[in-house]
Amino acid sequence: MTLLAYGVAVWVFAIGIYGAIVSRNLIHLALCLTVTQSSTYILLLTVGYRHGAGAPIFEDVKLGTAAVDPVVQSLTLTDVVVSVTVIALILALALDVHRQSGSVDPDEISTLNG
Amino acid sequence: MSWALPLPVAVPLIAAALLVATGGLLPRRVLKAIAIGAAATATAFALVILAASERHDLLHWFGGWHPHHGIALGISFTVDPLGAGMVALSSGLVLLVLVYSWTFMRRQSQTYDVLILTFGAAMAGFALTGDIFNMFVWFELMGVSAYALAGFMVEELGPLQGAINFAVTNTVGAYLTLMGIALLYARTGALNLAQIGRTLEHRPADRLVIVAFALVVTGLMVRAAIVPFHFWLADAHAASPAPVCALLSGAMVELGIFFIARVYWTVFAAPLHVHEAGVRDVLVALGVATALVGAAMCLLQRHVKRLLAYSTISQAGIMLSGVALLDPRSLAGVANLVLAHGLLKGGLFLICGVLLVELHHIDELRLHGAGRRLPWIGVLWLAGTIGLVGVPPVGVFLAHQFLNADAREHGFAWLAAIGAVASGVCAGAMLRAGARIFLGWGSDEDELLTPEPDEDAPEHDVRGRLMGIVAGVAIVLGLAASLAPGLEARTELAAARFADTSAYRAVVLHGAAQGDAAAHLPHSLLSVDTAPALYGLAALAIAAATAAFGLWHRRLPGGLRRAGARVLWPPVTVMRDAHSGIVGDYLLWLSAGAVAVGAVWALTL
Repeated sequence: MTLLAYGVAVWVFAIGIYGAIVSRNLIHLALCLTVTQSSTYILLLTVGYRHGAGAPIFEDVKLGTAAVDPVVQSLTLTDVVVSVTVIALILALALDVHRQSGSVDPDEISTLNG
Repeated sequence: MSWALPLPVAVPLIAAALLVATGGLLPRRVLKAIAIGAAATATAFALVILAASERHDLLHWFGGWHPHHGIALGISFTVDPLGAGMVALSSGLVLLVLVYSWTFMRRQSQTYDVLILTFGAAMAGFALTGDIFNMFVWFELMGVSAYALAGFMVEELGPLQGAINFAVTNTVGAYLTLMGIALLYARTGALNLAQIGRTLEHRPADRLVIVAFALVVTGLMVRAAIVPFHFWLADAHAASPAPVCALLSGAMVELGIFFIARVYWTVFAAPLHVHEAGVRDVLVALGVATALVGAAMCLLQRHVKRLLAYSTISQAGIMLSGVALLDPRSLAGVANLVLAHGLLKGGLFLICGVLLVELHHIDELRLHGAGRRLPWIGVLWLAGTIGLVGVPPVGVFLAHQFLNADAREHGFAWLAAIGAVASGVCAGAMLRAGARIFLGWGSDEDELLTPEPDEDAPEHDVRGRLMGIVAGVAIVLGLAASLAPGLEARTELAAARFADTSAYRAVVLHGAAQGDAAAHLPHSLLSVDTAPALYGLAALAIAAATAAFGLWHRRLPGGLRRAGARVLWPPVTVMRDAHSGIVGDYLLWLSAGAVAVGAVWALTL
């Protein structure tokens, strides 16, 4: 079961990157990055998962009750916050690209090379 | 002293928040003064921390979460002289850049200052942190502010393209690093570098640890612009405002290299000890490839900022090959190289801004002879270029002394020759550009060079003199970096402490008291040896020959030119086409490189 989750994380990472590589649209590209990023959530949460354990909320439970690892959950939250900023910035840049050139195709806006 | 550790991060961040809050209310001069004051305060604290860290490592546990019985749950800033030196360099460059931008950036200058301060704070946090997830957060904050600064000129397409390529590739790099961090946490249940290292130290690395190492290092190599992860750098630099380039090239790329060394020594040195040769060979190969590709591409540029950007890539390769030797002495060389290169390259980028303001172009051929009326700027350009060659006794020479001696000891004596060729070719390209611009030598046409879109000069009243002075300060400091008395012994001692993993763990996890480390000074003096000086002079000769070829290659006999073109043109075309400016291509290179590095290590170690 856990092995499957690790496999899914690798798969999601790979298809996200594949989508970003072949993307002809900057908005699509940004969404592919969020797909890639989701793989890090899956990986982090799987790392902290314990079979049969509850959520890490320690009110009204007996001392020593099994719970999943709260650290990876806060890492995931931090990861979400940090990456939202990056994606928002890329989308804002894509908007400006469209304003300047009327296109969002990364192949068409290329002025720098070599 | 530990109370002062968060200040190089906190002061600029608070000032940035203050600028955002009071933006519309206060006059521009007051806002500028706040920004510069904050940067100056941060630099002063960084220098104080540097001085204190020379005696013993400094620690700050946020929220008072000290380790209990050797188990660290809290987040720490763990500071040794090399980390503190990185903070001093990055904060100092931020200060220079803010002074320089006093008149250079008038439009939306407040947003610009806020981003520069945030960028500086993130770089400081990155260099100070002792926690691997905390490192990831600073890595991303540093990235976001840098992407925004690279795309600051939103009304042109070039900066937008540069910023998007920069943001997308570095974001994927950050995800790779995060995957590696998750695997490390899965194995050790720890995020503190010392704690992870303690948990891993007793067993040789298994596949999981090796894959985690490959992921973390690959992500950092994207930031450090190592071939084949380097493509974003030239695009981001070509289009960013000149002072932003000074920060990207002078400090941010080097921080990527710095953390590769940090994470290797604190976490992986013990479990990978038996595989040292395999790690070294791959990193040396990547470093050499980076140094040579960067130098070759540097030669083909006429856009001056892009030319300097490729020279940064080349220098990053030399730095990585220095770290790759996995020895404190070469690490001392890398530290000196980071210092001298950061100041010199920063200064040269600042000169690009002066050219743009005074002469309204940034293209070598269009500027042909136009620089004759700026003789002092020309002298500074020459000085900065010479400093980067590695000739005794200025600039990066001290670094090359360390690197050459250590490479010979590990059986990589040929690395010194690679370093000389790469530095020489890059410096030759810069000399050629300087001779064209400031002396009007050679022709104002050259079909070998890649045309790039020119850049619009700022239209408002700009004080070029202030900008020239700031650039001069950076270059003079960079030249003096090899001459500072006692610096070589100090960096050597600092690097030895950086690589002393068990002392690091004892300090972090058990609060072990250290004796006064500075009492060991002078540590051990570098043996006096003529080889580095000879390599430096050879590099200077290569630089002169490269520059002469660039200026006067049309005067060569026709048969020779045709034969040379037949041999050289196909590989040059392939390499040039690879730098396509299209982000999908860059991601393909990045993934292929990451898979290759991971596969080589996972299969051979």
